[in-house]
Amino acid sequence: MEHYTMNLTLKVWRQKNAKSEGHLETYQVSDISSEMSFLEMFDVLNEQLIRDGKEPIAFDHDCREGICGMCSMYINGKPHGPWQANTTCQLHMRAFKDGDTIVVEPWRANAFPVVKDLVVDRTAFDRIIQAGGYVSVNTGNAVDGNAIPIEKDKADAAFAAAMCIGCGACVAACKNSSAMLFLSAKVSHLALLPQGAPERKSRVVNMVAQMDKEGFGACTNTGACEAACPKEISLSNIARLNQEYLTASLVSEK
Amino acid sequence: MTWKQMFTSSVGKKLVMSFTGIFLILFLIVHAGLNACIWANDGGEMFNKAAHFMGGNWVPRILEVGLFAGLILHIVQGLMLESTNRKKRSTKYAVNYGNKGSKWYSRSMGILGILILLFLILHLSNFWLPNRSSQGLSLSGEIDLYAKMKETFATHSPVTAITILVYVLGCAALGYHLAHGFQSAFKTLGVHNKKYQQMLMAIGYVFSIVVCIAFAMMPLSFHFGWIS
Repeated sequence: MEHYTMNLTLKVWRQKNAKSEGHLETYQVSDISSEMSFLEMFDVLNEQLIRDGKEPIAFDHDCREGICGMCSMYINGKPHGPWQANTTCQLHMRAFKDGDTIVVEPWRANAFPVVKDLVVDRTAFDRIIQAGGYVSVNTGNAVDGNAIPIEKDKADAAFAAAMCIGCGACVAACKNSSAMLFLSAKVSHLALLPQGAPERKSRVVNMVAQMDKEGFGACTNTGACEAACPKEISLSNIARLNQEYLTASLVSEK
Repeated sequence: MTWKQMFTSSVGKKLVMSFTGIFLILFLIVHAGLNACIWANDGGEMFNKAAHFMGGNWVPRILEVGLFAGLILHIVQGLMLESTNRKKRSTKYAVNYGNKGSKWYSRSMGILGILILLFLILHLSNFWLPNRSSQGLSLSGEIDLYAKMKETFATHSPVTAITILVYVLGCAALGYHLAHGFQSAFKTLGVHNKKYQQMLMAIGYVFSIVVCIAFAMMPLSFHFGWIS
């Protein structure tokens, strides 16, 4: 792949804190390498801002390997930018050309309030997990990995659901700001495995209740979340979640 | 989990949309089937017999109350969901292509639903309302619905032209509403197996096209004299 450099115009959302009003600010960056990642380009911009005595742009990032789910930029109208099945940190500048204007915004959802600039508070996802996205295990020696036989197909489907990194791109892309793709990945992952069976019913009920409490919208099966998901979590997980929920509510005692 | 908890949760509200939606789909099959009697080309004899069966019989008349209840529930719940979902993002995006991967009609179910409702108001005031107001609470006194259709669609006046246009657009809105609604209703009911999802998606598309064309053809058939 041929290497090239580019000059870009960036329009970045700046917001001092959760309570202040934000706005899009325009910046120029030059000599950006096509081999840089999108976040490295932001590092260059921030160094430039620091040199100029200005406040650098706050943005979330951690592993920069596409597996932690921290980076969360809404680039040119798409969560994680123009590439399919990709996180912002794995988006490379070769996706752009010299002279491009790039608009960068934070995830927009009332359940994900802006903390500062491009950083949003995604602890709502943590609270949904805490409501039931786990398996209770008694303490003691670790169980042998192969003690419980699991069908290959189910193990694969559970693994595909467990791929979810909880970045929130599904919420950012959804017109209803719904967290159903995230929730369905967590519920499916455990519902497909025998280890998840004992708490299966209470899990789905409690996690849906927590999701509603956090202020996410309802799912209308549009499929925008699936297209934006960096881990390609399937929309069919949402249908499985619906089935889990319907079954749990129909067989409950009260 | 109590029934109240279930039906007031975000998933439960969608279940209400799904149950009532499938119920209304079943009604569309009956409605399209009975109306297709106009193409018997017998001067409306068979059509009026079918209409008499529906209007002059207590069973369909009582079921009609259930139909309206289902319809109202679908409309009210749908509007409430649409309005709540819209409030979940107070600050809009400056640039937005996040809808990539979703069909425009899947994102426009609320608007399409409102268009269908507007068409429905005209449609009910054209046929159902004059018929039931002539009948009152009795089983007799039905009007000649075939003649009423002829009068509404076969004449050549600006009012007829506008009526037919609204009917055709209403059918198109219904077609797109069904193209998403049919398969989405089953997903909400929990059909997650790929083989069924693909099958239901195909059936949904065929159903929405067939129903949309069948209904749109009715006023057009009268207007252009395709039936005698």
